[in-house]
Amino acid sequence: MRTNPSLPRFYRPGGDPRLYQIATLSVLLAYGLAALSFDQAPAHVALLLSTAMAVEWFGRLIEGRPFDPLSPLITALSLSILLRASAPMYLAVGALLAIASKFLIRVNGKHVFNPANFAIAVLLVCSDCAWVSPGQWGATTAAAFAFASMAGLVLGRARRADTAAAFLLVWAAILLGRAVWLGDPLAIPLKQMQSGAMLLFAFFMITDPRTTPDRRVARLLYAALVACLAAWIQFVLWRPEALIYALFVASPLVPMLDRVMPVADPGRRFQWTRPVLD
Amino acid sequence: MFSTTFRRTLAAGALALAAAMVQASPLEAFCGFYVAKADAKLFNKASKVVVARHGERTAVTMASDYQGDPKEFGLVIPVPTVVTRDQIKVVDNATVDHLDAYTAPRLVEYRDPDPCRRPEVAAFDGRLTMRMQAAGPAPAARERAKALGVKIEAEYTVGEYDIVLLSATQSDGLATWLTESGYKIPEGAATVLGSYIKQGMRFFLAKVNLQEQAKSGATYLRPIQVTYETPKFMLPIRLGTVNAGGPQDMIVLMLTEKGRVETTNYRTVRIPSNVEIPTYTKTDFGKVYTAMFDAQVKKDDMRLVYLEYAWDMGWCDPCAADPVPNDKLVSLGATWIKTADATPSSPQPGGPQLRRLPPGGSNVFATRLHVRYDAKNFPEDLAFQETADRQNFQGRYILRHPFTGDATCPAGEDYRRSLSVRFDREAAALANLTGWDMADIKRRMAEGGQKAP
Repeated sequence: MRTNPSLPRFYRPGGDPRLYQIATLSVLLAYGLAALSFDQAPAHVALLLSTAMAVEWFGRLIEGRPFDPLSPLITALSLSILLRASAPMYLAVGALLAIASKFLIRVNGKHVFNPANFAIAVLLVCSDCAWVSPGQWGATTAAAFAFASMAGLVLGRARRADTAAAFLLVWAAILLGRAVWLGDPLAIPLKQMQSGAMLLFAFFMITDPRTTPDRRVARLLYAALVACLAAWIQFVLWRPEALIYALFVASPLVPMLDRVMPVADPGRRFQWTRPVLD
Repeated sequence: MFSTTFRRTLAAGALALAAAMVQASPLEAFCGFYVAKADAKLFNKASKVVVARHGERTAVTMASDYQGDPKEFGLVIPVPTVVTRDQIKVVDNATVDHLDAYTAPRLVEYRDPDPCRRPEVAAFDGRLTMRMQAAGPAPAARERAKALGVKIEAEYTVGEYDIVLLSATQSDGLATWLTESGYKIPEGAATVLGSYIKQGMRFFLAKVNLQEQAKSGATYLRPIQVTYETPKFMLPIRLGTVNAGGPQDMIVLMLTEKGRVETTNYRTVRIPSNVEIPTYTKTDFGKVYTAMFDAQVKKDDMRLVYLEYAWDMGWCDPCAADPVPNDKLVSLGATWIKTADATPSSPQPGGPQLRRLPPGGSNVFATRLHVRYDAKNFPEDLAFQETADRQNFQGRYILRHPFTGDATCPAGEDYRRSLSVRFDREAAALANLTGWDMADIKRRMAEGGQKAP
């Protein structure tokens, strides 16, 4: 869509997949607050949004780049959906950590951690401060379908459906394999696959184009690795926040994968406004 | 939750909850006194379990109201590790009952002030007590175990119970062993046993030792407590759902240090609370609450876990029962409490009363979860996590008695006019909560004097 190059990129029609992502996350948050009684006050959402924006603005100022509200908006929405805290202060700290990690932890100009994932994983270390509620979405087929449909839009545009598909396939295989080994009824893995928290992770967190490998084959490997790691954390270490921790631990591997499996044309790295690679 | 399979009884933790009446006793402070009476059984097929968890140390206290022949009683519970003799004990029924009563959904009662005078609130509080008793077991282990791949890890007699700890290598062998030892295993249980075996779990079996029971003179079975260290914060419910004759209720009373407990693999929601309902329900609160719970479960397709209470044990407002003394909490497994004496919550003589300890609170946080489950909607065992959430919540229902004096001033006129709107609202709230017929509610309200002038 090369309509009007003088406009900021995200205003161009159909240009930026982040707009779809923002719309989707907003719908999910609104649904969670209204219908599922998420433990997140609207004031807390406002706090997350304003803190994320402020830190982004400051970071861009230091770097001398123009302010772009889309990325901190996505991070703040993700944190609003996922992160719960015993005091509002910890939410602000979460937003600060998330956005700051984007500016401070970079390899070859690419940030290493998904900002929301980084903030949550770090905050969870302080168990008196924060938690995530993996059960908050419940598990229903209808919700799973809605998630998948909305995610299709976003991922289709960002060309990261491959990562989500690889993760979901491996995760499903592990759950199914485990059930078969234990002799459990199929109802158990089916229910686990309908978990809203897991689908949100698959569609909106592990698929973050900025923190996944550049090459498709590397992305597939990476997604499979995160799924295996998560299974180990969940079923052996018995931690309910397994997905968050698995992605956090695996993220530093991305720069290595990018080095071992570089894209043919380094100039064709992922950019939000040109989400077409491989 | 547990597979209490024996002879005909025990569709798994078949413990019924009875609501016991507590005598009203007047109070001066803002939360008034108790009036509610609920003598009937509230939830059939309900089991009650107290879980005290600190780090990985977990104490699970299981109570039932098993009323049948003690010879017939048997309990099979998967546990994550081997437990030694000193990790098993018997707890007083009264202790579990006390915590149950303290955390139960409550009825609060207010009287409207004379609209012609300065407002002044007099309050009452109704409470609902769940009463339960423990289930008990039967015979012991045999030599044949080894041939069946069953290893008897330990055998103890604790209180009125004979306890056997097993590990097993294959589910069929274990099922056979249990059957031969007098445990009636429902069809299909072997599959579930197999799953637990592969997850490395052991099996805790309890039967009643009739001699010990006779010695103790107790006519009921006391709750059994098992303590172990495990990262698995879960309660096994699957054995209990095999061949169960319909959904079962479980009330889980959690004691933790940090804050509220929730399920991680099912959605936990707060039960509707702080609703004003008609005053005629005062004598029948147990019925209102059961109808409300039934309606809620139906509305949510029996998929959710309900939070009925989440509160710092250091204070209560209003208190549905005497605060539970520290020594009782310690006996339920809250051993992280520094002072195991009866402070800070020692009850005063004279029945339930208001305690408002400093909101700084104690280091015990109580969470009461209520779940109705069956194999279809709850295929997985319940997994939990402790959160850092210390916000207080209670299932609380409010009665407001209209002022019945003359109130001839103009404000009195306004007040009387406002009543009809309020009565309609209360009737609608009750109909909405319970699914009861609106016309019927209004008729009963009118009979009880709640009728607009």
